[in-house]
Amino acid sequence: MNDMRIIQRTAGMNDIKIHAKGVDVFYGDNHAIKDVSVDIEDKTVTAFIGPSGCGKSTFLRCLNRMNDTIDICRVTGDIRLDDEDIYDKAVDPVQLRAKVGMVFQKPNPFPKSIYDNVAYGPRIHGLARNKADLDEIVEKSLRRGAIWDEVKDRLDAPGTGLSGGQQQRLCIARAVATAPEVLLMDEPCSALDPIATAQVEELIDELRQNYSVVIVTHSMQQAARVSQKTAFFHLGDLVEYGETGKIFTNPDDSRTESYITGRIG
Amino acid sequence: MTDATHGMSEPRQKTSLTAADARTAARNRAEKRFQYYGIAAIIAGGVFLVLLLTAILSNGIPAFQRATVNIEFTLTQEQFDEAEGTMLKTKVYTGFFIDALTAQLTESGIETEFDNKRIERLLGKVGGTIRAHYRENPQDIGQPTRFELPASSRVDRYFKGTFDRSGIGDGNRFIMPGDLDFADDLRAAGILTQSFDWNFITGVDTGVDNAGQAGIGASVLGSFMMMIVVLVLSLPIGVAASIYLEEFAPKNRFTDLIEVNISNLAAVPSIVFGILGLAVFIQFMGLSQSAPLVGGLVLTLMTLPTIIISTRASLKAVPPSIREAALGIGASKMQAVFHHVLPLAMPGILTGTIIGLAQALGETAPLLLIGMVGFVARYPETFLQGFEGPNSAMPAQIYNWASRSDAVFTEKAWGGIIILLIFLLSMNILAIILRRRFERRW
Repeated sequence: MNDMRIIQRTAGMNDIKIHAKGVDVFYGDNHAIKDVSVDIEDKTVTAFIGPSGCGKSTFLRCLNRMNDTIDICRVTGDIRLDDEDIYDKAVDPVQLRAKVGMVFQKPNPFPKSIYDNVAYGPRIHGLARNKADLDEIVEKSLRRGAIWDEVKDRLDAPGTGLSGGQQQRLCIARAVATAPEVLLMDEPCSALDPIATAQVEELIDELRQNYSVVIVTHSMQQAARVSQKTAFFHLGDLVEYGETGKIFTNPDDSRTESYITGRIG
Repeated sequence: MTDATHGMSEPRQKTSLTAADARTAARNRAEKRFQYYGIAAIIAGGVFLVLLLTAILSNGIPAFQRATVNIEFTLTQEQFDEAEGTMLKTKVYTGFFIDALTAQLTESGIETEFDNKRIERLLGKVGGTIRAHYRENPQDIGQPTRFELPASSRVDRYFKGTFDRSGIGDGNRFIMPGDLDFADDLRAAGILTQSFDWNFITGVDTGVDNAGQAGIGASVLGSFMMMIVVLVLSLPIGVAASIYLEEFAPKNRFTDLIEVNISNLAAVPSIVFGILGLAVFIQFMGLSQSAPLVGGLVLTLMTLPTIIISTRASLKAVPPSIREAALGIGASKMQAVFHHVLPLAMPGILTGTIIGLAQALGETAPLLLIGMVGFVARYPETFLQGFEGPNSAMPAQIYNWASRSDAVFTEKAWGGIIILLIFLLSMNILAIILRRRFERRW
């Protein structure tokens, strides 16, 4: 766990990993995201908070173009990953998603063995030259996912047979296995019990060493515990974005304060 | 908040939990009544099923039995040469048979009278059968040889209890009351016995002369060839169409139209497909009539909607989280579908396919229109001929038999139904096994 008092926490000066400017998202006629601009830093955990339906998940899904799979969804604006426009015509969303991994709300391991779950990404992206390589990637990823010790003796067991928390860590290991640069997490702990949540949060903090992590969460405590930067969304607007310590103790906007203190939501 | 205060003005009456109030009692009675309706419906269904099976089995099982005359005799080379030298060859052979039969009857100590005519009425043209056997198997000359000669259909039915003396009218040229006495004698001597009739399963259709010899074998093969065609065509086409429609196609007016039409196609009467097949495959494309290939093509058209509907349903049943998981780690859409969605949908697809095939297997109407209901007295000679040559199919053969006048064929029709049902049952069992086997939890 991250024991630092949130008031003392400051984000270091890191490079900007994702640069979003003037992003609008429409679901059919519904204007879901309104002119959002965010700079997401490398090696930082950024939390998106806000009431249900405020667009935080939608915005997260723009970052690896998962919204492309929804027919009626339309995204405008400029999102750059390392200064490359990810909505450029020349960009293959498949390649983008290898760089920007995603962990979903509900643990969704493939109904295959634990090993195959993790090995699938490296296999389709050709990251391993031989079996030994692949074994190494699988072990490293499972260690990153903080689940290696629990499953190392039963890599052939089905991933769906694990407990909820283990499944979610397996999914994180699976996302890590493709060596992404950014990891998007859409309410990764909402289906987990407090103990599993604590394990996943600890893991998120460790992942910060290597990745830029963006997490959507409903739990403000969680946002306060794991993130360095926080963005508060409300009704499709980005209300406030800044250092977590500041957002939670001394927000600029009254709506942020109302939400954090439980008056709107 | 008017709801909360509503009804609060009067004090609530005290009621006991153990005594049901009128409303609850009525509700419980309604539920009980519904359960009784359900049980009654199940019982009714069960009764009909039992009736159906009893009818089929009691009428059909006799078709698998056959009264045969077993006789053993030795034909010497001289006898053979002598017989082949005469004008009326088969008559000489009938003579040999009668001699052997007389010998065997005397041996068993039974005295009875018979002549050529009686033998012919009982066993058909025995001489021809025996001559054909020796001409084809000359090595049997001089050896004791065993003949199993099928008794005529009336004698056969006499022993099965579906034919008796009262059915013999004056001037009946097929059978006389004395024939049946003679048959009883033969049975007493152990020469005429009833045994399992393999010929019914392996044989081909026959004319009315030896109705008892008719078998369903060629039609089983015809049905099998059609099923191969249906499987090879409808499974890949159906699955490819469903995957495209379900996973890739944009949702717009055009795809909606296709979707509605596929559902409608599933409800089109099969005879319509038959006349379509006649017009397109036979008259326009010039494929041969009565061929299992054409039958298979027509049945493919019929089966496709079933397969597409069930495949789409099972693709839809795969949780979207699996697709997202695959896309989220950078799988292409096709990889997500083929690596993850399709394996999970497989049990449903296989079940749908087999149910579709079973439906096609029992289909008769379209076959009537493309001429697969003809008289097929020969097996196809080569594998390819099995597809192109004229053949019948099980249900068409059953229909054909049922419409003939000789009562033996009616019995054969019932027997054919049993065989058809065995095929359908094994296909359904296969579907269940495959579904169990491929089913995976997620």
